[in-house]
Amino acid sequence: MKDSLNFLLAGVGGQGTILASDVLVNVGLEAGYQAKQAEVHGMSQRGGSVTSHVRWGKVVHSPIAGAGEVDCLLAFETLEALRNLNSLRPSALALINTQVIEPLTAITGGQVYPTTETVRLAFSRLTTRAVYINGEEIAASLGNQKAANVVLLGALSALLERDGMVGSELTAETWLKVITGRVPPKHVQLNRQAFQAGREAVGKS
Amino acid sequence: MIKMLSGNEAVARGMWEAGVAVASAYPGTPSTEILENYALFPNVYAEWAPNEKVAMDVAIGAAYAGRRGMAVMKHVGLNVAADSFMYASMTGTEAGLVIVSADDPAMHSSQNEQDNRTFARFGRIPCLEPSDSQEAKDMVLAAFELSEHFDTPVLLRLTTRICHSASAVMLGERVEIDPSPKPFPRNPAKYVMVPGNAVKRHPVIEQRIRQIAAFAETYPFNRIEPGDRSLGILTCGVAYQYAREIFPEASILRLGMTWPLPEAMIRNFARTVDRLIVIEELDPFIEEAVRLMGISVEGKSIFPITGEFDPRLVRESAIAAGLLPGTAHIPLPEVEVGPLPGRPPVLCPGCPHRPTFYILNKLKVPVNGDIGCYTLGLIPPLSAIHTCGCMGAGIGVAHGAAQAGSPERHVAVIGDSTFFHSGIPPLINAVYNKSPIVTIILDNRVTGMTGHQENPGTGRTLLGKEAPIVELEPLVRACGITHVLTVPAYDVKAIEKALKEFIKLDEPSVLIAVEPCALLPEVRKRWVPLEVLADQCNGCTLCFRIGCPAILKSDELDEKTSRPKALIDATMCTGCEVCAEICPRDAIPFRPAKVEVP
Repeated sequence: MKDSLNFLLAGVGGQGTILASDVLVNVGLEAGYQAKQAEVHGMSQRGGSVTSHVRWGKVVHSPIAGAGEVDCLLAFETLEALRNLNSLRPSALALINTQVIEPLTAITGGQVYPTTETVRLAFSRLTTRAVYINGEEIAASLGNQKAANVVLLGALSALLERDGMVGSELTAETWLKVITGRVPPKHVQLNRQAFQAGREAVGKS
Repeated sequence: MIKMLSGNEAVARGMWEAGVAVASAYPGTPSTEILENYALFPNVYAEWAPNEKVAMDVAIGAAYAGRRGMAVMKHVGLNVAADSFMYASMTGTEAGLVIVSADDPAMHSSQNEQDNRTFARFGRIPCLEPSDSQEAKDMVLAAFELSEHFDTPVLLRLTTRICHSASAVMLGERVEIDPSPKPFPRNPAKYVMVPGNAVKRHPVIEQRIRQIAAFAETYPFNRIEPGDRSLGILTCGVAYQYAREIFPEASILRLGMTWPLPEAMIRNFARTVDRLIVIEELDPFIEEAVRLMGISVEGKSIFPITGEFDPRLVRESAIAAGLLPGTAHIPLPEVEVGPLPGRPPVLCPGCPHRPTFYILNKLKVPVNGDIGCYTLGLIPPLSAIHTCGCMGAGIGVAHGAAQAGSPERHVAVIGDSTFFHSGIPPLINAVYNKSPIVTIILDNRVTGMTGHQENPGTGRTLLGKEAPIVELEPLVRACGITHVLTVPAYDVKAIEKALKEFIKLDEPSVLIAVEPCALLPEVRKRWVPLEVLADQCNGCTLCFRIGCPAILKSDELDEKTSRPKALIDATMCTGCEVCAEICPRDAIPFRPAKVEVP
């Protein structure tokens, strides 16, 4: 791994963003990096935007990365992906869940939810490394839509390997160790499948 | 053993290692998870108090009784507890007393961003500030040692970024504390603060803070990290992390104790560097103290006095001040994304507060609100909160406006937990000094906004034990209110009828709207989504006016009105039936029957 890797996770309260960032920071620790995480979740349970930072590195001081210094965006919702686009470095990796959750401001407030084309076009101006998957659909095919966040983590693990952002020190088993350590025993099998399905969704077994 | 812990989890771990005997708190972001996590350790005593002042007195009582006491609160909680904080400084205690203040720079979830280091100076109380989770844990133990060594309360000041950031923590062993009860002291000269005793104590605490300042000169949490002498940085808390990141070469004096300050250490440090700056969030607290020492220093002329810092802000401010070259600038992508719809927090689908705000909006009365989920009644389309300042303010503000001759009937809106916190004295005032205000207690059977904490009305304690339920209606009657009515919070018609009657009265009245929060686990089991009958909906938009996130605009337009019909998102709808109640065309059928919980 290079000196540091800055992640930004973005979603809507209730989507499992915080759990995913908890997994991510602990994966960093397991892999032998210094790792820190910071989240904003004050009123998030009321359906607001949620963001969380995770940083891995040889040395990590600040728990948050400044705008313009994010190496990897993990977005759980399309509008929240776009909202955080300008925090990324040019050519950053962006994994975007195609889930759409319309905010009240768009339902009754007359504001307009961006189209899929708008989102893809905006990301294409910053990076060729934007990847779109439908985590809910993949998780639902495994029997539980709520495992979408683990599908996304699976896809993220594969993309970090694909792009050489992590080295051989970080294996899929490390991810699975952290993930399965955080779910009740009856959900271990589902989460293993969800992680694997996420990897396969971006072309890696 | 190394574990990834948030700052709040680390403080809880530190409390356990320090052998805290009694911990008391009122929930408040960003501090809430401290006691929630502490309560998970075996054989500990932790409680939710009705408010922060009570929590402070409880912790003081424990420390008077010779056992370690701790009170935990968000920054504005210390305003509530300030009276007790100040006398505790005067008396000192028999065993350690530590107060956690979790400040909220940037106001992620607060009404202001006051800097509570000022309380430490005000009260002649030392203040410790951790820069990461490891220090958050270690400083709890250090704070108790300091407290017991100098016979003083200690303020442990956190900020949101410390509370809600996670970093690796090396866990320690639990301190062995003698668990046997100690005899309660009979020492009125120290513990009874009548003027005759207090005048003798004041010089004692002034002497104490001078001694602690001397001690601070060699305190290990104050440390110099020598570097390039052209720039010297005084910093503390999370700002230290940003300083380290942006100025890897600079000389840094990291202050772990931010009150009192180690004057000789600062003087010596200042002498070794060409340019001295302070990087601290919020107030120029260190900066002004250093300037008073006669040392030339810059701080708020470079870095903002408002909001939170981050690495970018520190870097860009430093470039503007000539501390870094322009080449250090990191440009933003500035990709055009257009105006994006905001996603502010809203009342959840099925929220039992919604019908009350729908009616208040309809009645067009002035509403004096309070702090809790229901403050979100402010947001359009409900738009039915007109003031909200702090916990317990609404009833007093409504009374004052009424006494000032405000031409409309004022309605105060307050939650169950907030009523227990600080709603009772202003209600007694409205009775005693007689004003025709209507108070609505929105009783959702839980402390909601901070994530479902128990309170005196829920029948359970923080430790999960059964507790007596303090019933609201008898309590309100005991305050002297004669016009009291309890209604189911989803019953739109009953709420409207009661409010219309109460508004005509010339005496204070109280409406209690009761229904458990829709997100409580046992309530979730009863969720049954409703449906819109598209044939009967004519797109009248009335159901949109309750501001429920589960009611969407359908793609189907009504033939006559050309307006979109309503559509219910089955994944979000709880089946509260408020939309069914107000639909004039019966296009949203009620549920066939009450669903039995399996």
